Amino acid sequence: MTHTMLLEIGLEEIPAHVVTPSVQQLAQRVKEFFKAQRLDFGQLQVYSTPRRLAVKVLDLADKQPDIEEEVKGPAKKIAQQADGSWSKAAVGFTRGQKMTPDDIYFKELKGTEYVYVKKFIAGKTAAAILPELKSVVAAMNFPTMMRWGSNDFKYIRPIRWITALLDQQVIDFKLLNITTGRQTQGHRFLGHAIELAAASDYPQALETVYVIADAAKRKELIKQQIAQLAQQHQWDIVVEPDLLEEVNNLVEYPTVFAGSFADKYLAIPDEVLITSMRDHQRFFYVRDQQGKLLPYFVSVRNGNQKSLNNVIAGNEKVLTARLEDAAFFYQEDQKLSIAQYVAKLDHVMFHDKIGTMAEKMQRVGYLSHALAGEIGLSATEQKDLSRAAAIYKFDLVTGMVGEFAELQGVMGEKYALLQGETPAVATAIREHYLPTEAGGKLPATKVGAILAIADKLDSITDFFAADMLPSGSNDPYALRRQAAGIIRICLAFDWPLAIKPLLELVAKTAQQQPALYQKIQPAHVNEAAEFMMDRMRKQLETQQNAFDIINAVTAQPLNSFTTIAQAAEILETHRHDADFKQTIEAAGRVLRLTRKADLPDKQPVQPDLFENPTEKQLNQAVTAAKTTGTLEDLYQQLRNLRAPIEAYFDKTMVMSPDQKLQQNRLAQLQQLAGLFQSFGDLTAINVK
Amino acid sequence: MEKKLTVQEIILKLQQFWSKQGCMLMQAYDTEKGAGTMSPYTFLRSVGPEPWNAAYVEPSRRPADGRYGENPNRLFQHHQFQVIMKPSPANIQDLYLDSLRALGIDPLEHDIRFVEDNWENPSMGCAGVGWEVWLDGMEITQFTYFQQVGGLEVRPVASEVTYGLERLSSYIQDVNSVFDLEWSAGVRYGDIFSEPEYEHSKYAFETSNQEMLFELFDTYEKEAKKQIALGLIHPAYDYVLKCSHTFNLLDARGAVSVTERAGYLARIRNLAKSIAKAFVAERKKLGFPLIKDDQVRAKLLKEDK
Repeated sequence: MTHTMLLEIGLEEIPAHVVTPSVQQLAQRVKEFFKAQRLDFGQLQVYSTPRRLAVKVLDLADKQPDIEEEVKGPAKKIAQQADGSWSKAAVGFTRGQKMTPDDIYFKELKGTEYVYVKKFIAGKTAAAILPELKSVVAAMNFPTMMRWGSNDFKYIRPIRWITALLDQQVIDFKLLNITTGRQTQGHRFLGHAIELAAASDYPQALETVYVIADAAKRKELIKQQIAQLAQQHQWDIVVEPDLLEEVNNLVEYPTVFAGSFADKYLAIPDEVLITSMRDHQRFFYVRDQQGKLLPYFVSVRNGNQKSLNNVIAGNEKVLTARLEDAAFFYQEDQKLSIAQYVAKLDHVMFHDKIGTMAEKMQRVGYLSHALAGEIGLSATEQKDLSRAAAIYKFDLVTGMVGEFAELQGVMGEKYALLQGETPAVATAIREHYLPTEAGGKLPATKVGAILAIADKLDSITDFFAADMLPSGSNDPYALRRQAAGIIRICLAFDWPLAIKPLLELVAKTAQQQPALYQKIQPAHVNEAAEFMMDRMRKQLETQQNAFDIINAVTAQPLNSFTTIAQAAEILETHRHDADFKQTIEAAGRVLRLTRKADLPDKQPVQPDLFENPTEKQLNQAVTAAKTTGTLEDLYQQLRNLRAPIEAYFDKTMVMSPDQKLQQNRLAQLQQLAGLFQSFGDLTAINVK
Repeated sequence: MEKKLTVQEIILKLQQFWSKQGCMLMQAYDTEKGAGTMSPYTFLRSVGPEPWNAAYVEPSRRPADGRYGENPNRLFQHHQFQVIMKPSPANIQDLYLDSLRALGIDPLEHDIRFVEDNWENPSMGCAGVGWEVWLDGMEITQFTYFQQVGGLEVRPVASEVTYGLERLSSYIQDVNSVFDLEWSAGVRYGDIFSEPEYEHSKYAFETSNQEMLFELFDTYEKEAKKQIALGLIHPAYDYVLKCSHTFNLLDARGAVSVTERAGYLARIRNLAKSIAKAFVAERKKLGFPLIKDDQVRAKLLKEDK
């Protein structure tokens, strides 16, 4: 006989983004609970709305399996007296196990015979165990926790009811002053409380009181209704998955409706309209078949069709008020010149401890100029870059960005074009914020990419110099994202930029323009280098590179991001070659010896000091090796060097007592090691 | 079509409704402030163990939001209807929805949502968890379970319901500009408030005496500190409110740089925190008289701070 179990936690409205992860957490906890309680079950189904998190479990075992346990007692010689009767120890042992000496049998353990009994533990019934679900409910963890009433207990929102059933029976427990029962709540307005006769009535019974508890089903209903509207009007309704997920978790009974706004607002940039609709009102926006924005929106009511016109009119009014504001800003913003906005940036702080936005723009101006020198730009690109760097934050002080902060850069681009800036300058203003999220879009233009790198690099060094380093989950200025952004841009553009030289570029600019910079200490540079390399490691991890290979290739901050990424790729490719192990070991021996020796750079090798032919052979092989070409070529050269290296070590004692010989040999190895420094530190690779 | 409620009828209905739920009807507190939360009837009374249920209209001044009376929805001074209930009742959401029904808003004919919005007022050391309530897409109420006030943990938890009266009234009267609202029969909101809106905006943005305001801030701060030291919490708190409003005036004028801003807010926060603490200590000295259960009271009085 198996059972159906239902556990529903009824809450005041949970934040939309918390609903799905929370019900998954609940499912996980219930599963772990059953596992710990040795209760088998078939299927576990999850249900969630803004007001409830629920799991239904099918085919739950009636009871735990019985256990037969062997319990060891005293040694036989202690348990049994000479006459064969049981000693006090034996009787005491069996009594302790709630048995009698009749149950005793003997078993040998490491050469000694011991007393044993077989103890039978009857499995507890599910009904007896399930009240402990209380601990499952109480253990839930949420991103924000709150107290309510007179309790110290913390939860995502106040718990208002708990429905807990095992088939027809209520699973009794009490949390705070809430006693479990068979009652659940219907829709806040359309429904009412109902009693469930059995766990299996869930979730169908809730549909009678206007609650679609199955989130997937609810989402499907929304999608269907949207598709219907789209078909009816020949609209392209843009359904972004994140917004759909959020909207789905704001309603228990969805009814999709469409509203409109006046044509005149279409003169406002699309991005502003979309932000108003999507981000502020959680509306889906509507386009025609050619992709042009239409003066309509689609939204979802938490309710039915009744008086839907009220709802539509209300939503239209709110949107219109927002668009009226936006139209006002759009007009007003065009009354000032870019120069006037830039002048205002003298009074806008980038950060209290760092300085103004105007100062930041100046730093980024110098830095982007220096970067352009490393990369090489045409005269036009140079000009566009200087202009962009001189104005690129101006939109921060426009009314529109004041109201719609998320449109920074986007409005900059629009306004720059309206004021006659070149498209390249305008694009760079927008692109310098990219990427705005992990894996997000990167700048497409060179000018935008350089400005993006300069802006991010400046922020990282600014905050490090001010001792505001990210730690743990605390990264308020998104410096990690910015470092990752620099790396991804360099990789995408295949630019030969490396951490150390980049930071040196900043340090040099700081020396030339001391008034613009805080003091950058060598420690800051080291911390920033480590911080950035750590992001490089994360980048390689996302490419599924093995940890030892990541350790190897990231050991050298002078290597460019592209070199590091390619080196990892090549080592991964050859990892399973038959001679990989020997190749890496040969290189490793060379590296370890030179590292210990710590010679000055570029010592000449004197062939007249060679004592055996392998030295000459190695010297010739090294001299013949080319450092140009691809990293794959380089790996092949390393592979070819393996035989001469092995022969060399067979015949040559590098650490000769004769200092002159020793120095010469180390100089030779150092030359050799220099050949494959593009691979970082090959000794980090695990070839055991 | 039935006659629409005037603003004053809306206020009356809300007062009647919440008074029936056991709230004391308080009057607006007579010192300038930015929000109903800053009234001593909320700020001070939400800390400490004593119960407190009150409702009142609070004219709230936000100098930076002034628009010379030209913007249909933005005001130098708007009105909040504030309800504070401590401990938060288990049915507070239902009570709130009933209050909307009392105003003739039938949830079945609208779309009402509780959308996550956690509230914070760092300058007063306050933080809470709750929602903004959407009525057909319009935010009409802020709904908060206070977790911290004046830097103190709020125990028991107080629930705060703040209706934006202009917003709500615009919805009920279906007007596009708050200035077109009917305050009482035949008198428009604009008739009463257009002129002060214009003058206060002009004052806050153009003609205020910044030097005087900077001096006043320092003077008020000093006085607040002095009175706290003397254990005179309510006079001290008045001066904190004055500090806060003076800062808001300076801020609207653009007279406070971003760097200084954080410093001023921290000064107000420090005052607010010491007052919250002192208030609880004073109430304890008085024996927490609003707690009617002698046993509970005796237990609380025995506890260390």
